[in-house]
Amino acid sequence: MGSAWARTFEQFPYLFDVLVTGAGMTVIVTAGGFAVAVVLGLVFAVFRTARSPLLRSAATLYVEIFRAVPVLTQLFIIYFGLATIGIKLAPIPAAVIGFGINGGAYLTEVFRAGIEAIHRGQTEAAYSIGMTRPMTVWHIVLPQAIRVVLPPVANFAIGLLKDTSIASAVAAPELTYRAHMLVDQTYLSTQIYLMVAAIYLMMSLPLSRLVRRLERRMGQGHLR
Amino acid sequence: MSPAQLEVATHEWMPQLLVAALGTLEMTALAYVLGATVGLLIALAGHSPRRFLSAPARFYVEIVRGTPALTQLFLIYFGLASVGIAIPAFETAVLGLGLNYAAYMAEVYRAGIEAIHRGQREAAQSIGMTHGQTMRHIVLPQAVRVILPPMANYAISLLKDTSVASLISAPELMLRARDLSSEYYMPMQLYLIAGTIYFVMAFPLSRAVRRLERVLGKGHAAGAA
Amino acid sequence: MAEQRDAGLDSAPNDNGGAARRALVKVAGLHKRFGTLEVLKGIDLEVRAGEKLSIIGPSGSGKTTLLRCINHLEKPNEGHVYIDGKLIGEKLVDGRYVEMKDREVARLRAGIGMVFQRFNLFPHLTTLQNVMIGPVKVLGMPPEAAEAAAIDLLKKVGLGHKRDAYPETLSGGQQQRVAIARALAMRPKLMLFDEATSALDPELIGEVLIVMSQLAAEGMTMIIVTHEMQFADDVSDRVIFMDDGQIVEEAPPHELFRSPSHRRTQAFLRAVLEKQAYQ
Repeated sequence: MGSAWARTFEQFPYLFDVLVTGAGMTVIVTAGGFAVAVVLGLVFAVFRTARSPLLRSAATLYVEIFRAVPVLTQLFIIYFGLATIGIKLAPIPAAVIGFGINGGAYLTEVFRAGIEAIHRGQTEAAYSIGMTRPMTVWHIVLPQAIRVVLPPVANFAIGLLKDTSIASAVAAPELTYRAHMLVDQTYLSTQIYLMVAAIYLMMSLPLSRLVRRLERRMGQGHLR
Repeated sequence: MSPAQLEVATHEWMPQLLVAALGTLEMTALAYVLGATVGLLIALAGHSPRRFLSAPARFYVEIVRGTPALTQLFLIYFGLASVGIAIPAFETAVLGLGLNYAAYMAEVYRAGIEAIHRGQREAAQSIGMTHGQTMRHIVLPQAVRVILPPMANYAISLLKDTSVASLISAPELMLRARDLSSEYYMPMQLYLIAGTIYFVMAFPLSRAVRRLERVLGKGHAAGAA
Repeated sequence: MAEQRDAGLDSAPNDNGGAARRALVKVAGLHKRFGTLEVLKGIDLEVRAGEKLSIIGPSGSGKTTLLRCINHLEKPNEGHVYIDGKLIGEKLVDGRYVEMKDREVARLRAGIGMVFQRFNLFPHLTTLQNVMIGPVKVLGMPPEAAEAAAIDLLKKVGLGHKRDAYPETLSGGQQQRVAIARALAMRPKLMLFDEATSALDPELIGEVLIVMSQLAAEGMTMIIVTHEMQFADDVSDRVIFMDDGQIVEEAPPHELFRSPSHRRTQAFLRAVLEKQAYQ
């Protein structure tokens, strides 16, 4: 066992290099998935509060289905399943789409709660000076909702960063996948996974701290 | 899906998948209990005025919440193996997921305690209660209302997270689906069925949680105090 | 404003050579239910241009609901509301009443100003922006002109120096005065006040009432739901006492306050006086 640690120390630069490359891919998948999720979340949140029952049901369906199924299953369907009907996606796009669709369902609820958190008095005041419904949403509700929504969305991003480890199961060359490869090569399992944990921590802790400061500032800038 | 495939699906797959789903439920339940218990201990320790308790507790929460559950599962699985302890994958998954969720649940408990804490503690102290008595008789009973909705939601997310245990070959639904998929070369159908089974398990739960939230008047989110 | 004052109470502003005293606001047979609870049980009301009408009554009497029906923030179950002779919230199409589109209602609402109990200022905008946003976005006024007009209005309510402040930094009384300026920026022909001072600390009520009196003196048509009896007495041309969804009594203030004819009015006023004796 001692020799394993010695070997780790010897090969450390190489190991670290490979893992950091993987970490870069982790960030890319996170960013891509986040972007897709935000767009889908906004679209479906608007549907959820629309007046057309068709749009509302479509949004409800989307949210309920994609929040009840594990993201791993969704990734497998997109990567392995679609391939059998002719849609062959590379691991990274599959991961981005999978996390995006899954995350979008979650963010839909976050955005909807944000919109509903805006006190009814605000919309009434806007109507009373002659604003139409769309004008009220654009000028009054959305600017305020964005502030309410920022902390949960930021926390979602951090969660997504960690969830991308699952993309290793569809061979996306992110951090966890690279770790598997290294372990297969070197058999230094414990040591490598410790390094992996450390790298995830290095990515997530500063973000968490930022979000906590954001949350504290949101708590002060209140909304009537 | 052709009629022949449909037959295979119902006769070959479904029994296996349903049994595996039971494994999922079992794993969820065990990990949940572990997480809720350990989480409570961590929360109480984190809240303690004694630094030798609160510091490690807060450290634990930061580390575990800052790394993916999958990494933690791998660490436990391979780490234990390298020191000669061989725990079967199922138990490893229960342990790993339980300890992972303990950190998140500790935060929920903490939020619940803090939502009640300030003014009440002073009132309790002014009538002579110790820290322990204050927690037991005043804070915790009220904190339950704040804690229940997030804890219920965690049950649902834990159910989904057990799928990750398939990656250390723990016997649950996704592993069975994957094995069948490599046997029959029909990943689309198998994973769609697996997804449906998850949906059938999770959806009623989330409906129940939403009713719970409404009854309790939305315990969590900013402004609960 | 000058025209309204000269027009007085006896001739409508758009009088085309007739003696017609067209009411600025007309409410006919208004009923409003919330679920099984009937809050307005048949209200008939007319308010002439330049008139100041106060509505008093116990909570739950329907006063606020009535006010909100006038600018169609609440949709009546039965009855009609006419603003300056025009139906609001619905239109007559081939003899049938049909719901009015959101955009048309919005346009009508632009001519009615409302001041809310809880001010409802837009927290993400400065005071000046709060006052300007209506004219710029709804009336399409060019920003420079709107800004100049807004500054004038803020000065008029005594808050010119606070124009770059955000609502959360202002006191309740200041916020309500900004809210009044915001409503006035739309140059409405009618102002509705929904318990404008009820959410204010006692020492801040005065500054808002002063602005309201000023507005009244300038000839604005005002419908005021209030608990401030002294103010209602000073400023109104007519007072309405509402109870349990109906108009119980309607009279000029010196009559209603000093010698109310209805038993319920008397009981209400007595209770109010008792409370004021404590303060």
